[in-house]
Amino acid sequence: MSEFDQMYREVILDHYKNPRGHGTLDDADAEADGQNPLCGDEVSIYVAFGEDGETIDEVKFSGRGCAISQAATSMLTEMVAGRTASEVASLDKEELLEEIGIPLTPVRLKCALLGLTTLKVALHKAKGTPLPEGLAGFDELELT
Amino acid sequence: MAVTAQRKLDARALRADFPIFEQLIHGKPLAYLDSANSSQKPRQVIDAMSEFYETSYANVHRAVHVLGERATAGLEGARDKVAAFLNAPESREVIFVRNATEGLNLVAYAWGLSNLGPGDAVVVTELEHHSVFVPFQYIARRQGAEFVMLPLDEHDEVDWSGLDEVAATYNVKAVATNLVSNSLGTIADLAPIVRWAHDQGAIVVCDAAQAAPHLRVDVQALGVDFLAISGHKMCAPSGIGALWGRAELLEKMEPFLLGGHMISSVRYEKTTWGELPHKFEAGTSPIVEAVGLGAAVDYLEAAGLDLIEAHEHELAAYALTRLAEVPGITLYGPPADRRAGVVSFNLEGIHPHDVAQILDRYGVAIRAGHHCCQPLMHHLGVPATNRASFYLYTIPEEIDQLVDGLHGVQEVFA
Repeated sequence: MSEFDQMYREVILDHYKNPRGHGTLDDADAEADGQNPLCGDEVSIYVAFGEDGETIDEVKFSGRGCAISQAATSMLTEMVAGRTASEVASLDKEELLEEIGIPLTPVRLKCALLGLTTLKVALHKAKGTPLPEGLAGFDELELT
Repeated sequence: MAVTAQRKLDARALRADFPIFEQLIHGKPLAYLDSANSSQKPRQVIDAMSEFYETSYANVHRAVHVLGERATAGLEGARDKVAAFLNAPESREVIFVRNATEGLNLVAYAWGLSNLGPGDAVVVTELEHHSVFVPFQYIARRQGAEFVMLPLDEHDEVDWSGLDEVAATYNVKAVATNLVSNSLGTIADLAPIVRWAHDQGAIVVCDAAQAAPHLRVDVQALGVDFLAISGHKMCAPSGIGALWGRAELLEKMEPFLLGGHMISSVRYEKTTWGELPHKFEAGTSPIVEAVGLGAAVDYLEAAGLDLIEAHEHELAAYALTRLAEVPGITLYGPPADRRAGVVSFNLEGIHPHDVAQILDRYGVAIRAGHHCCQPLMHHLGVPATNRASFYLYTIPEEIDQLVDGLHGVQEVFA
């Protein structure tokens, strides 16, 4: 299979056309908005915790973006359900990239990671933990 | 017998001047439809720069040796060419900058910091590139002045009718706008705007980055007060552009960048500024890039700006017709006769990033994104568009290749 065929392989297109976890949560325990300034793609992430206030019960997302960003975020919602907030807040991006399983150019890597980055910001904000280096100011899109 | 033949641009012959086309991309001929992003460079420009490095390079304006003289002549010769290209009254009104963005920042800072305050307004449009929008937004607000954006109407045309209302509330000091939209290709009719602005005592700052490569830009005919161009969009290298400004305005302005070359005298007590254009050219200039810009101007003049413009209208018309055949396509922008060689579009249900990625496999290079026009994208209600753009080397077969590629894109997402 060529690299090209892999990038738009069936599983990516399936997640793009039938995104899991697409929608919003009215009473989300954690939420954040993310934007890719290179292409204007936007994603909003909503998280509901379980009774222990730590386990991720459900993740929903809304927004608009390319097949790679939408499919990656869709996969992410399945991947993190049932795991703890602190674990996901420091999730190694390689785990998601392995799941996506396609070769990505540096530009498309940003597409693939938009959902994960936004989810991490949502979790850090909800838990009051400081944003890791590189994510500071991520959620402050208002013009000054 | 005299034959009055309609002269036409020979794009195929010109294309042979561009070495970039001597290769296959993914095994396919290159369809380079991304010239509005940055243009390709003809052999004449590349050679002029190489030759200059090999025979004439030294620093300018300070060396007394022969190479210094040649280099200075090269730089100043390029300035004269750009001045003639823009029909500037004087060469000293042409300031070399990195690109149009830097030229527009120069005006925003060096003019804006001395001329804007509370009660004043700067007017831009919803169709601006960020290079106009952001510097004037920043400087206006920093000075306590109002930053006003005139909206687009339902046909994606600038609605200038709000100008009088803005003037009723604020003292309009500047109108900053593009001559050709980089996203939609719309060619603006600035004449009434310039008249209106000058009646108010306001200046007009013109972003001609997307206009200068494609049609005759005459600063005297336009009547604007400042005008910025980028070399890289008009067959010249990146890293060089020009700002033209009226001498009487430039002379009254404070400098933008400070340092070497832009001074008259430096003492502990006081530093005085040099003459135009040097006052605005601190540090060593992009000398060889300027020589490249001069060579590009020669190249475009030889091809003929009127012929380039006609060629692009023809390509735009062909592209609009061919693209309309593609199911699920939305085309943005004005009719072909009022647009430069730029066509923005979207395919239903397929993000521009995916379109551009798949087109690349067909050897087709387009731009996908917001084109540094997020206010416009907001107006259109989309995060991004696809943009195919043409230049003097573009041939209709490239548009056919684009249309074939788009059918391929739709197959992937079928």
